[in-house]
Amino acid sequence: MNIIVITLLVIGGIGLVCGILLALAANFLAIKEDPRVEKLLEILPNANCGSCSFAGCADYAKAIIVDGVAINMCTPGGPDIAKRLAAFMGVELQAMERKVAIILCGGDKEKAPRRSTYNGIADCTAANAVDGGDKICRYGCLGYGSCSRVCPVGAIEISNDLAVVHEDLCIGCGLCAKTCPRGLIKIIPAKRTIHVLCSSKDKGPVVKKACKVGCIGCSICSKLAPNEAIKMDGFLARVDYTKDLENIELVEKCPGKCIIKKHDLK
Amino acid sequence: MKTYKAQYKIAGGVHPEYHKELTRDKGIEIMPLPPLLHVYMSQHLGAHAKPILKKGDKVLRGQLIGESTGFVSAAVHAPTSGTVKNIEETRTAAGTFTQTVEIEPDGQDQWTSSLTPISNWESTDSKVLLNAIAAAGITGMGGAGFPSHVKLSPPSGKPIDTIIINGAECEPFLTADYRLMLEHAAEIWEGARIISKILGAKNIRIAIEDNKPEAISAMEKAIGTADDSVHIVILPTEYPHGAEKQQIFAITGRQVPSGGLPMDVGVVVQNVGTALAIRDAVVNGHPLTERVTTVTGLPLAQPKNVMARIGTPYSDLIKFCGGINGVAAKIISGGPMMGLAQSSLDATITKTTSGILVLPAKAVTFYEAMPCISCGRCVEACPVNLMPCDLSQMLEAEDYEAARDCNVMDCVECGCCAYECPAHRPLVQYMRQGKARVSAKILEEKAKQAGKEKK
Repeated sequence: MNIIVITLLVIGGIGLVCGILLALAANFLAIKEDPRVEKLLEILPNANCGSCSFAGCADYAKAIIVDGVAINMCTPGGPDIAKRLAAFMGVELQAMERKVAIILCGGDKEKAPRRSTYNGIADCTAANAVDGGDKICRYGCLGYGSCSRVCPVGAIEISNDLAVVHEDLCIGCGLCAKTCPRGLIKIIPAKRTIHVLCSSKDKGPVVKKACKVGCIGCSICSKLAPNEAIKMDGFLARVDYTKDLENIELVEKCPGKCIIKKHDLK
Repeated sequence: MKTYKAQYKIAGGVHPEYHKELTRDKGIEIMPLPPLLHVYMSQHLGAHAKPILKKGDKVLRGQLIGESTGFVSAAVHAPTSGTVKNIEETRTAAGTFTQTVEIEPDGQDQWTSSLTPISNWESTDSKVLLNAIAAAGITGMGGAGFPSHVKLSPPSGKPIDTIIINGAECEPFLTADYRLMLEHAAEIWEGARIISKILGAKNIRIAIEDNKPEAISAMEKAIGTADDSVHIVILPTEYPHGAEKQQIFAITGRQVPSGGLPMDVGVVVQNVGTALAIRDAVVNGHPLTERVTTVTGLPLAQPKNVMARIGTPYSDLIKFCGGINGVAAKIISGGPMMGLAQSSLDATITKTTSGILVLPAKAVTFYEAMPCISCGRCVEACPVNLMPCDLSQMLEAEDYEAARDCNVMDCVECGCCAYECPAHRPLVQYMRQGKARVSAKILEEKAKQAGKEKK
């Protein structure tokens, strides 16, 4: 009987002392975390894509609270999330527009033929390293789908040996743009409708041999576009996405047929 | 002088069919000047050279046309006298794009006298010799094209005691180095002595595979009564005994550490062609403007060893060799094991083009790659003791971190694994891609580290 009482007392005593120590430790050594970080994390999409340039959603949430980083950097979240973040933080909503990826090449199987048989690894980087790629055009989409494999939401389809972005699915995270060995993918505001779907810097005759829908560098569009919204980069017309451009007649005037108008997605 | 068999056995290796009989008995033929020469500004490993001429300029043979743009870079010289027709960006045999100087020969082939010949090199300061080699734009002529003046100026903490003159030529089909050893043994030997003087190395080793007995006796004759510091080492005929690090092990028993260079173990390896070019630069004052290349393959009418100018288009070389009978299924710049497949004959001869190989349809099969069956043949064949089977699966899954931990960066891309693979997996291509991705990652990390240190 005695033994049982002593055992209970000793073990109970040890438990009590340890409990008090733990309680004290929890009090003194606690890491002070802002409870708002967790709340922000609930708002963010938790895709951890890294397009905000932080290591993930948690890192971005912390940066908003601690460093006061802007709340409009989450591209996948878009304006909705930005609105909720702004409401939570009590700041004014900065301009936030939805962004999507675009592949600046229109040369599919029929329009931009290949010049050799490639039967190595089906990956654009690998194919590009073998004799500079198997397409005649040295700038065009190789169509081996490296971009579609890195896309976290499956928004890129390889159709007829050409990568095509499904804009309704795209979250604009930019992983595809980093992967493309030919640098054809740009992240642009989703509301933009007029694009030059070519990245070839070659001279006109070279482009014509390589592709039926290539930019030949005639510079007609750059003259028609208001406010220098299309600029010539050597023999290539590039849309300046910081400037407005709604000039639809450009599409008809382009002799290379590489300027297109896409639907407005908002 | 001693002649003996190599003492150490390298790991792995394969025995492909050699087919050297197509050109081994054909003496080096000097090719007449083609109508146009396209000289790439990237003839070598390292930074591209910068063209210094304009359209319409007149040039003399050996005149500087592209200046070296860094330490690991080499000067480029006009291969003949003539007029600069055009300067534009074109695709090289390696598939990269570089500035190309197009020269129309005037037929005079007149040399410039920009470099002074050094006839008494034995009593000349090493630095002067080194400058002459750098000014002549000499690069390794075996394949990789490492600028020679960089190889010959090791940092002060790394003494070189042995130089190896590489005449192994283990690539099937190629016989350019073999013919050089038969026809220019004395000049190669003089080049070897120049290299050894520059480096202050006491031992000279000349490495030749045992399927070239005539080359061995030609070199023995040229060396004559040299002292015991000179050895001719006979390597077994096995691919890849011509690979730098494998050759060093076979001859000296020293292993170049992972990520290291031969100079880390006190050795410098130079190809026989490079030794000859170095001798030509020092003794004759001639920059590197031509090289011997083996144009071979069954569909060719007359396979030949050709002395061609840098910048000669492949199409002209093939025409010089009688053209192609029937259909060529594949054209490779270099040998069949490490060469690069070409999609056209527009590429031109560079300082590193050791051969042009034309393969007939029956020698080329388009296999479909199958999953790895873990048979381990690639592991047995790998000369650097890697596990290509595992690595290829990691790289297929794009797990570059794992591949890096399994030392993908040590791969020498010799092709032994892909040669053995019964599932026909494109192992070398996986390795190349993995190496490219991992080295990009390493550069990124280094930049980050440098940024942190600045802060």
